[in-house]
Amino acid sequence: MSSKDIKELGWDELVPGACLFSFTEPVENVVDLTMDERPYAPTNSHEASVGDWRVEKPVYNRDLCIDCQFCWIFCPDISIISRDKKMIGIDYDHCKGCGICVEVCPTNPKSLLMFPEQTDNEEALASWPEKEKK
Amino acid sequence: MAEKMQLNEVEVWDGNMAAAQALRQAQIDVVAAYPITPSTPIVQNYSKFLADGYVDGEFIMVESEHGAMSGCVGAAAAGGRVATATSSQGFALMIEVLYQASGMRLPIVLTVVNRALAAPLNVNGDHSDMYLGRDAGWINLCSYNPQEAYDMTLMAFKIGEDLNVRLPVMVHQDGFLCSHTAQNVRPLQDEEAYGFIGEYKPVNSMLDVANPVTHGVQTEEDWHFEHKARQHNDLMNSVSTIKKVFAEFEKLTGRKYDLLHKYKMDDAEVAIVALGTTVESAEIAADRMREKGVKAGVLGIRVLRPFPFKEIQEALKNVKAIAAMDRSAPGGTFGMLFNEIGAAMLQSGKTPVLLNYIYGLGGRDTTIAHLTDIYEQLDRCAKSGKSEYPLQQFIGLRGPKLSFY
Ligand code: SF4
Ligand code: SF4
Repeated sequence: MSSKDIKELGWDELVPGACLFSFTEPVENVVDLTMDERPYAPTNSHEASVGDWRVEKPVYNRDLCIDCQFCWIFCPDISIISRDKKMIGIDYDHCKGCGICVEVCPTNPKSLLMFPEQTDNEEALASWPEKEKK
Repeated sequence: MAEKMQLNEVEVWDGNMAAAQALRQAQIDVVAAYPITPSTPIVQNYSKFLADGYVDGEFIMVESEHGAMSGCVGAAAAGGRVATATSSQGFALMIEVLYQASGMRLPIVLTVVNRALAAPLNVNGDHSDMYLGRDAGWINLCSYNPQEAYDMTLMAFKIGEDLNVRLPVMVHQDGFLCSHTAQNVRPLQDEEAYGFIGEYKPVNSMLDVANPVTHGVQTEEDWHFEHKARQHNDLMNSVSTIKKVFAEFEKLTGRKYDLLHKYKMDDAEVAIVALGTTVESAEIAADRMREKGVKAGVLGIRVLRPFPFKEIQEALKNVKAIAAMDRSAPGGTFGMLFNEIGAAMLQSGKTPVLLNYIYGLGGRDTTIAHLTDIYEQLDRCAKSGKSEYPLQQFIGLRGPKLSFY
């Protein structure tokens, strides 16, 4: 597969069967590699932004998070970035804004909340709600 | 390694047994099947071979023909040699997945025992299912008798799996007329047959975990068109591989095949163009016409897709009147053969009389008498140089004559 954008390739350059390759080279130990370390091929969806039609985005508040990893497990788009079992942020190139992460976050107040796409993250964090009384 | 089966030099097999034996000899990794009349005995025989230790691969029972072809697509994408069999409604239910198989470039072999499509329900043969699937991007090989069903099924693997082709292949035979009629078949011995097809070479298989690959991707307007163009290009160019495999098979068995099956076409002035068992009946009718001094020939289509456009032009260039025989309900237009042969003749610059005969629907007999009648009509048109009959006529239909245009 050439390194050209797939949209630029002529019919005779495409891999028969519209196969897309994940990596540029064979990878035996993929589970031991973090996403940054994997040799993703240009045809891997990790390399393409697929979150550009999001309307609302999740904003993440480090101060409240207990690193339970619920959001990481439940996100259908693998868009929660986690390192050594610690939440470190959201991959906005792939997050579709479905809100599932917010739904499953168990802290009070939630450590993840949905905001309109155009809201600045700093602004969102400044307006974070207080702990809810039971 | 599966048990070898000792075969006689000449076996008495019907078309279904012939196809089943070819599948067994191909040492398929996965057969996923949902049997349907008249193709049932293919997978029935195959499962017996499996039970008796003559087959090593997996046989997957599924809940429908859609499931059968889906299982085949999955197994082929995983990297295995895969085949199944079907007919009629089952074929219709597979249609959606047939396009997946060809688009994903998976060399699955499908033996289709041709049968009418409902309604009304009918288990007997015509070519409605073949016509339904002809644009699905598969190579289509047509066999006219059990020997050819055996030969074509073996060759289907070698053609589809060729690295320049990598496309699925259908092998057609007529329901009951071929599938249930026992005839002498000269098989190859197991090693010889397997040696001819060769070991399966997976390409971009999903079970190659070190090289993960996505199959069946979404492309939208960005590169769907390019992808379909590539598929079409490779299907059109599969002709060279088909011819190469036919030639290798001839060397091995002495049985010669070509894109077209020509009978007394060299000097023919009138010709019947047909598919399936009717080709052999038409040969007898042609002989009878020749006794009466009519230069009659038969053109059988052996490879329906890719359509042998140039070869048809060449074969029919001196013919004055042609009968395009379509064994499928025309559904509001002329038959497929009429249209496609008409296009080929128009481009060749020749203007023979071309008539469309709709015949044999749902297993209705087509006799030598019907075929000689057709030759008589062609002969009259050839002599007068113009169409003396309606362009589309129904043959062997009860009630008042039905014709159009
Ligand atoms: S909003 Fe949905 S897609 Fe985005 S991070 Fe949360 S769960 Fe994942
Ligand atoms: S679900 Fe909430 S608390 Fe748990 S890791 Fe995610 S953000 Fe942190």
